Amino acid sequence: MSATLAPPSTGGAPSGSGASGGRVRAALGHALRSREIAVAVVLLLVVAAATARNDSFLLSGDGWRDLLLTPSILLLLAAGQMLVIVTRSVDLSVGSTMALTAYLTGRLFIDQPGLPIPVVVLAGVAMGALLGVVNGVLVAYAGVPALVITLGTMYVYRGAMLSWAGSDRITADQMPKDFLSLGTSSLLGIPVLTIVALLVVAAVGYYLHTARSGRELYAIGSDPDAARLYGLKVPTRVLTAFVLCGALAGLAGVLHAARYGSVSSSVGNGIELQAVGAAVIGGVAIFGGSGTVWGAAIGAVLLVTINRALPILGIPEFWQRAVVGALILGAVVLDRLLAARRARRLDEERED
Amino acid sequence: MTPSPTTAPANPGGDARPVLEMADVRKSFGPVAALRSGTLTVRPGSIHALVGENGAGKSTLVKIVAGVHRRDGGTLRFEGDDVDFASTADSKAAGIAVIYQEPTLFPDLSVTENIFMGRQPLGRGRRIDRAAMLAETRAIFARLGVDIDPRRPALGLSIADQQIIEIAKAISLDARLLIMDEPTAALSGVEVERLFAVARSLRDEGRGLVFISHRFEEVFALCDEVTVMRDGEYVATTAIASTTPDAIVEMMVGREVGELFPKQPATIGEVVLKVEGLSSAGTFRGIDLEVRAGEIVGLAGLVGAGRSEIARAVFGVDRYDAGRVTMHGKPVPARRPRAAIAAGMAFVPEDRRKQGLVVDNSVAHNVAAVIRTRLDRLGFLTNRAENRASAPWAGRLEVKTNALDMPATTMSGGNQQKVVIAKWLATEPTLLIIDEPTRGIDVGTKSEVHRLLSDLAGQGLAILMISSELPEVLGMADRVLVVREGEITAELSRSEATPEAVMKAATAGHESTGELAPVLPDALMKEVSA
Repeated sequence: MSATLAPPSTGGAPSGSGASGGRVRAALGHALRSREIAVAVVLLLVVAAATARNDSFLLSGDGWRDLLLTPSILLLLAAGQMLVIVTRSVDLSVGSTMALTAYLTGRLFIDQPGLPIPVVVLAGVAMGALLGVVNGVLVAYAGVPALVITLGTMYVYRGAMLSWAGSDRITADQMPKDFLSLGTSSLLGIPVLTIVALLVVAAVGYYLHTARSGRELYAIGSDPDAARLYGLKVPTRVLTAFVLCGALAGLAGVLHAARYGSVSSSVGNGIELQAVGAAVIGGVAIFGGSGTVWGAAIGAVLLVTINRALPILGIPEFWQRAVVGALILGAVVLDRLLAARRARRLDEERED
Repeated sequence: MTPSPTTAPANPGGDARPVLEMADVRKSFGPVAALRSGTLTVRPGSIHALVGENGAGKSTLVKIVAGVHRRDGGTLRFEGDDVDFASTADSKAAGIAVIYQEPTLFPDLSVTENIFMGRQPLGRGRRIDRAAMLAETRAIFARLGVDIDPRRPALGLSIADQQIIEIAKAISLDARLLIMDEPTAALSGVEVERLFAVARSLRDEGRGLVFISHRFEEVFALCDEVTVMRDGEYVATTAIASTTPDAIVEMMVGREVGELFPKQPATIGEVVLKVEGLSSAGTFRGIDLEVRAGEIVGLAGLVGAGRSEIARAVFGVDRYDAGRVTMHGKPVPARRPRAAIAAGMAFVPEDRRKQGLVVDNSVAHNVAAVIRTRLDRLGFLTNRAENRASAPWAGRLEVKTNALDMPATTMSGGNQQKVVIAKWLATEPTLLIIDEPTRGIDVGTKSEVHRLLSDLAGQGLAILMISSELPEVLGMADRVLVVREGEITAELSRSEATPEAVMKAATAGHESTGELAPVLPDALMKEVSA
């Protein structure tokens, strides 16, 4: 059995006392095993391949801008989705939430001209958070699986948006120029939306790493029963995750309106699955408990970039979706294999 | 921490205010009274043993103290104050730590995080102070003399190490009452010694400890006082120094002879099940066994030794890496329970509520569940067909239920178990694998289950029975195979299978504890053979 209960002198491999060369090799090994870095490498390969075929993909001003700008909306959704998935839930309503807040943004500019832009942004975020409260309360307190609850609210929110907007379509000339420039302007060569998205990802990462409640989200996803035995406030934390996810979807809706200058009823159709896919590709365990927001973010960038790169690489349209699907399947299968191998190795270590 | 650490072992009857006082605590789950009169007084600076057979109500009592269950009545005082814990958070905040037999940790998180989850030390700006957390973990581990990397994930830790994590948690909480529910069941000798050293040092700091164990040599080596429970009731409390293992066993058992039903002799026939070299990494190795028609083979051993895992692998629920399973000489494919059923196997799992029974469904529904493909007509299954098929079985097993369409959840544990067995008998098996046949069943109806198994063996059924209750194994089995840490360490015929022989094979490797004291002394053996 385990050697750890034997007197320390007979303990196995001493940890942290290796030569510096060993440490470098260990660090390198760790980096190669890190999902974030693996996905980043794939991303670089995709960009390199697309650029080799058509150098304006990266090297033109527009190419560089699009590369950074296009993933920013999905980045926000993936960050929010990751918060929910890590607690062993899922939120399928983010696309509909985003559509509702995007339409709210346009409506506010039309109905309340002169409303300051920050107020409108806050209104969008607040609306998203409110929709997140509905999801969170139903999941955390009614005890119905999140998959079912948010599948329901996905349709309800989408229906509410359709009946509110009707055949109405909000166009760029109905929104203030300053607001629209948010969606296109850059700071030091980096689009403002990208900066916003990165700040959000950094904030979520910081929260998950340093706040007690952030760590508790991992604990709940890792073993909900143990979390209850530890006396953690499981429902409150799950609710928090859904509210944050909703708020980020709300922000994504506002920025969507700024970026594209128009809001139609199809905004965000199907994007919830991309958000889940991004998180999974980035190494967030679908059963909760592990993964990082950086992983989800880089997964989102890869997902968006690969969609843009495949046509350039001459892959027929039919296969483009299949490639994305294969990426998700590959990520999940890889996770299972790695987890099984790890468990087996730990078991064998114990046998010794 | 209590300001006045006592260095001397407890002085029962001393004037120290008890850490825990429980009197006449009651708890029922539906119709089953799990605890009728829970009474326990734990003094600071003492280790208090709580003993009793499986089902005596020890775990229920512990769960009430821990805030997992709420009591139906009786008094509960912690450090002199009346308390009523609504949750585990409440009891923890009060200063109570419980270490369960199977610790519940977060596999994905680091050892350090597992210790401090929910109460991590905070630095500036309410950020978790990881350095302080790591340092404190190292300090606790140094004190406990263990060498576990605080940064490794909890996934893959041995049970012993997981318990150390739980103890570290209790220390970091500064718990004044530490309850250990069968902590040694899955530990090796060295690990037990280490655990005891830790427990003694916690006692010497003036904390109160409760130690639940079936191993008397451990109780006598470690504890100061002992409280005996039987069938959910308090029996007695005495100082360890003034009692003997025999006296405790008498108090534990204290029931009339005849409640245990020994197996009737039956003609032993052909080999039905043959298992050769079955292995599964990390769980069990090189398992060879045979079960013949009319024979009951008992699989004995400590909880966690791998007995259930072997059964699950044989039945094809779990995978295995190597080995062969044959029924009547024909190989049974791995990982295919359907093929196992077709080959004549039936499997009654350990946790019948979760794995064996659809508790909200009717009795008829449950009985017919396995054979529904045989009952359906054009793909439709009627209640009438189900009732028709299940009635003879329920009658034969004397399932006491008013109507076959009553939901199974309204029945007692004994009757539920009979329904599960009925369900499998409807498939006309030649081998019955049954895991803990009488767990959670009150003493009165246990014998009915035993009689049923004996009858079935008499009719030529081969039975492989896993049981943690020694009297059950010794009373029922024609042959006893003892499993320890995933290997069969002894094969004992009915006449060789004494409590000492079984427990020795189940716990061997305890060299460090010196001479192995008889775990269940003569009193029980006499009862079994009576």
